[in-house]
Amino acid sequence: MELLNAIFVKPFADMAAAPDFLLQVLWEGLVGGVLYALIALGFVLIYKSSRIFNFAQGIMVVFAALTLVGLYEMGVPALLALPLTLGVMLLLAISIERVVLRPLVNQPDIILFMATIGITLFLIGLGEIIFGGENKVMITEQLGIPTGSILFEPFGGFVSIEEKDLTAVIGAGILVASLLVFLNKSKIGRAIRALGDDHQAALSVGISLSTIWVIVWFIAGVIALATGIVWGARAGVSFALEVIAYKALPVLMLGGLESVMGAIIGGLAIGILEKLFEIYWGQPLLGGNTEAWFAYVLALMVLLFRPQGLFGERIIERV
Amino acid sequence: MLYRTAGQFKISYKADHALFPVRQDAYLLGFVLLLAFVVFPLTASEFTFRALLIPVLIYSLAALGLNILTGYAGQLSLGTGAFMGVGAYACYKLLTIFPEMNIVIAIAMSGFFSAAVGVLFGLPSLRIKGFYLAIATLAAQFFLVWLFQKWAWLYNYNASGAIQVPNIDMFGITVAGPRATAMTQYYFVLGVVSVITLFAINITRGRIGRMWKAVRDMDIAAELVGINLMRAKLTAFFVSSYIVGVSGALFVFLWRGAAEANLFDIPLSFRVLFIAIIGGLGSILGNYLGAILIVALPVIVSTVPATFGIPIDSAMVEHLNVMIVGALIITFLIVEPHGLARFWAVIREKLILWPFPH
Repeated sequence: MELLNAIFVKPFADMAAAPDFLLQVLWEGLVGGVLYALIALGFVLIYKSSRIFNFAQGIMVVFAALTLVGLYEMGVPALLALPLTLGVMLLLAISIERVVLRPLVNQPDIILFMATIGITLFLIGLGEIIFGGENKVMITEQLGIPTGSILFEPFGGFVSIEEKDLTAVIGAGILVASLLVFLNKSKIGRAIRALGDDHQAALSVGISLSTIWVIVWFIAGVIALATGIVWGARAGVSFALEVIAYKALPVLMLGGLESVMGAIIGGLAIGILEKLFEIYWGQPLLGGNTEAWFAYVLALMVLLFRPQGLFGERIIERV
Repeated sequence: MLYRTAGQFKISYKADHALFPVRQDAYLLGFVLLLAFVVFPLTASEFTFRALLIPVLIYSLAALGLNILTGYAGQLSLGTGAFMGVGAYACYKLLTIFPEMNIVIAIAMSGFFSAAVGVLFGLPSLRIKGFYLAIATLAAQFFLVWLFQKWAWLYNYNASGAIQVPNIDMFGITVAGPRATAMTQYYFVLGVVSVITLFAINITRGRIGRMWKAVRDMDIAAELVGINLMRAKLTAFFVSSYIVGVSGALFVFLWRGAAEANLFDIPLSFRVLFIAIIGGLGSILGNYLGAILIVALPVIVSTVPATFGIPIDSAMVEHLNVMIVGALIITFLIVEPHGLARFWAVIREKLILWPFPH
C-alpha cells in the first residue's frame, strides 16, 4: 500500500503541490529533448540515405565542438572559427566517404555499423592527440550567445530559464525547419530521399552516390556542430560528451530509424519523460540516476507493440 | 604439399562428420595445445601471463559467447559487457553466501544467472529485429550497470562500491585472489576455456547450431521449414549469455582481482564485439585470433617505439592505441569483412593445393 502510494499517488500530488517546479522540470526536459532530437536527426539522415547506422554521430559532436574551441584557443576569432570548423567537418565527410564508405559499398549492415565504430575510435584518438583530453569551456559569449537567465513567476513560485537554453531551442527549431525545407523542396533533398527509397533506381537516373553521401555526412556534421555548441555550453566540451550518442539511440527506436519527424517527436518525448521520471520516481524510489536507462526501457516497451518504432516505415518481409 | 589431404579417404558418414576430417588440422591443434599447455607455462614471465595470455583466453571466451549469438544465430547484441558483469557479480555473491563452495562450481553456476538474465533480455528479439534489437540490448547494458552501482547488496555494502576477490583455495592450491600465482590462474582459465570451446564446437555443428544458422540466414524461411523461432532465439541467448557470464566471472576472479560496476560498461561490450568481428563472425577459431590481435595491440604499440629509441609518453600511447585500433578495424573490414578466420581459411586452401595453382 505504502509502495503503491509512492508510485501512483505521491508523485502526482507533488506535481500539483509545486506547479512552478514542475514547469522548471518540463523546461529542463524540453532542452534535453531538443538535443536528443538533434543527434537523432543526424542518425536518421545518414540511415535514410545510405542504410548506415552511424555510430560516429556522437563523436562527431565532440569533434566539432573541440575543433571550434581548439581553433579559438589557437587565436582564431570566434566568428571565423565557426566557418573553419564547418570546413573541417566537410573535410571529414569527404575523407570518411573516400576512405571508409566507398570500399564498403554493398556490405552487410553490421559491417558498416562496425566501420562507424572504427571511425568513432579513430576520431577519439585523433581528437585527444590534437586537442588534448582535458575539459574545455565552450566559447558561448564569443559566439554572441546570451548567457543571462530570465525569471518567470507563475503560480506564485518562480521558473528560471537560461537565455542560452532558449537560444538553443530556437536555433534548433530554425535548423530543423530549414533542414525539412531543404529535404522536401530542393533538388539535392529529393536526391537524398530517392537514394533512401532505392539505391539502384536512384543510381540509374543519374544520382551520384558518393556526392550525396558526402553531402549527407556534411549535413550530419553541421548538426553535430550545432549540438556540440549547445551541449558544450551546458556541460563543457570533453570526450564525456560522447555519451549523448547513447541517449539518442532510444530516440531512434522510439521514433523509427527512417523518420525525421519521429526523431524530433521522439527526442522531445524522451527528454521530457526521462526528466519527469527521474525527479518524481527515480530519485525518491530508485536511488536516482535513472536517466541512464529510462529512455531505453521506454523505447523497448514501445517497440514491443510497434517493432518499427512510432513513425518508422512498416517492415515488410518477403521470403 | 604441407597440407595434403589426398589419400585421406572417408569410408563412412561418421568419419566424414568427424571433428577433424583432415588429419593435419588435428596435428595443428595438437601443436597449439602443446604450446598452450606446456611451452608457454615453461617460458612465459609473470608479465606475459597477466598482460597477454590470461586476457587473451578470457576475451576469446567472451567473444565466443557473443559469436554464438551474433555470428551463429544472427542476433546483434551490444550488451555483452553487462552480461559479463552479471556472471562476475553472481559468482561473487555465491562465494559470499557459500564460502565453502568450490570455485569451479561457483563459476559454472554463475553462468546460469547470466543466462537467465540473457533470456529475459532476449525476449524482445522475438518481435524486434536488426538494429532495433541491437539498441534494445543496449537497454540491458545500461540498466544492468546502473543496477550494479545502486544495488549495494551485490557488492556486500562495501564503502568503495567495488568487489574484491578473496584468496580462494582449491585442493590446497590458491587459484584466485592476491596470493594466487599467475601460472595456476593461467592453467585454471585455460582448462575452463578448453572445455567450453569443445562444447561450443560441438553445439554449433550439431542440430542446434544448424537451427541457429537457419534463423540467422533468414528467419521467416526458417520458420516456414518448421523451426521454432522462439526456441532457436532463446536457446541462442541462453547459451551465449552462459558463456559470456562464465567469462565475466573468470575476468574478475582470475584476472582483474577486483571490479567496479563501470568496468562492465559499454567499452567492454564493444571490445568483445570487435574481437568477434575482426576474428570473424560465425567461426570459433576467429575469436582466438581476434582476441590475440586486440589484446596484443596495446602492448605492441607501447613497446615498439621504445625499442627503436623513440620517446613516447604513456598518454600518447593510449591515444595512439585507440586511433590505431579504430584504423585497424576499418582496414580489416575493407580488406576482409569476414575476419581473420577467413584469412586462415584462404591460407589453408592455398596450402592444400600448393605448389600447384589449381
